[in-house]
Amino acid sequence: MKKILATGAMTVLALGFATNSPANAKSLTEIKFGVDATYPPFESMSPGGQFVGFDIDLGKAICADLKVKCVFVAQGFDGIIPALEARKFDAILSSMTVTPARQQQIDFSSEMYNEPTSLIAKKASGLKPTVDSLKGKTVGVEAGTIQETYANTYWKPSGVNVVSYPGQDQVYADLLSGRLDASLQDSVEADYGFLKTPKGTAYALAGNVTDDPKDVLGSYIAIGIRKDEPDLKAKIDKAIATIIKNGTYKKIEAKYFNFDVYAATPAK
Amino acid sequence: MIYILQNYWQALLYSDGYNMTGVAMTLWLLVTACVIGFFMAIPLAIARNARNPLIWFPVWLYTFIFRGTPLYVQLLIIYTGFYSLDFVRNTAPLNEFFRQGINCTILAFGLNTGAYTTEIFAGAIRETAFGEIDAARSLGMSQFKLYQRIIIPGALRRALPVYSNEVILMLHATTLAFTATVPDILKVAKDAYSATYNPFASFSIAAVLYLCISFGLIYAFRRAEQHFLAFLKP
Repeated sequence: MKKILATGAMTVLALGFATNSPANAKSLTEIKFGVDATYPPFESMSPGGQFVGFDIDLGKAICADLKVKCVFVAQGFDGIIPALEARKFDAILSSMTVTPARQQQIDFSSEMYNEPTSLIAKKASGLKPTVDSLKGKTVGVEAGTIQETYANTYWKPSGVNVVSYPGQDQVYADLLSGRLDASLQDSVEADYGFLKTPKGTAYALAGNVTDDPKDVLGSYIAIGIRKDEPDLKAKIDKAIATIIKNGTYKKIEAKYFNFDVYAATPAK
Repeated sequence: MIYILQNYWQALLYSDGYNMTGVAMTLWLLVTACVIGFFMAIPLAIARNARNPLIWFPVWLYTFIFRGTPLYVQLLIIYTGFYSLDFVRNTAPLNEFFRQGINCTILAFGLNTGAYTTEIFAGAIRETAFGEIDAARSLGMSQFKLYQRIIIPGALRRALPVYSNEVILMLHATTLAFTATVPDILKVAKDAYSATYNPFASFSIAAVLYLCISFGLIYAFRRAEQHFLAFLKP
């Protein structure tokens, strides 16, 4: 009896795993996307608890093209790659820039969009994202971002005081309080997350980063996929190509941005 | 694991090349907070046992507030809250002080451990045997001498085992420091983690470092107990 129960339990478990993992399924029925929903306009939570944003709309368009169900799973950005490896979801759809370090861990789809890294500071501060301009100043960055790596690689050794924060919200809070002279993050995040909000009216874009000889900023933003799932990658790549071709991408882009985020040249 | 150790050993132990980080920063936070807390706690513990409510009530309120709210919240109020007030930013010395994350962190940690230490010492003072006080009075000691020679030394001795716990708990509480941008051991471990996506190795290294510090503290307190509590030996 015990043995039968055990085998029964095992079968149930096995079935459970099989339905949870589309990799094992013959045909793809749903894609689970891991999302750090704290990054408007790319991904955030609506007051009603729905995932909304540019990434979310692109993800839905990809799912619609593949005729599969879209599921979004909330996950903090600093643990998002381990969570992908742990199969909590099938792909990362969270404004993730492709970098060589990340490519060692996971695969990426083809390009989704692109955004330069930029410095923001008080209007008329005259600051520029260069060592000469920022020497002796305090610049805030979010820990774990490519912008932190950039500031620590090029600026810190030359006397810029680079301070890391646990979250982007705290960077803006200290920019407002006056602890920071400037902050470094990607341009669209700066624009939507701060400059376009009522708090950010006294601040402005102080310029995009243009100099990156060691290539720490990486290239474009894409969907992260586990290395053992080339089929899923191929399907997503094809879907991205289709939505760009048939104009769906342009429609979604126009909803969020007044500039072309696909062809924006990488900040090198 | 080896990659993390090779690349981060310096930052984990004392410096990232520009600022104090890692073990050095954690120890600095622990020592300054405990020194502030200890010296605050002695007069406050005496005041806590005073008969006059005007004296004991403010101390009771202070320990109630700091023991009744999470240290994380206290740190957020002191780091983020205070600096958002105009009068703090417009008063030069306050602006200078609260601008630096490390000052806010030490202040919050010091006040927090001070509250707990006050209650530990106050309890130890209450446990002083009446006979000791009677004996001291019969020798003609003044109130000040009574505290200086009998009550405080006895209370501190009795409080030692409990106080050692408080110091170790304070060590564990220093992991909150990065909230105020202070780069302690955990912050460096998080850096290693986000660079390698190897959470097990990154955080295990941090755990081992904390364990070593705890072991050192336990050893030091054991020696101190052997020395100061020798009279209790069977």
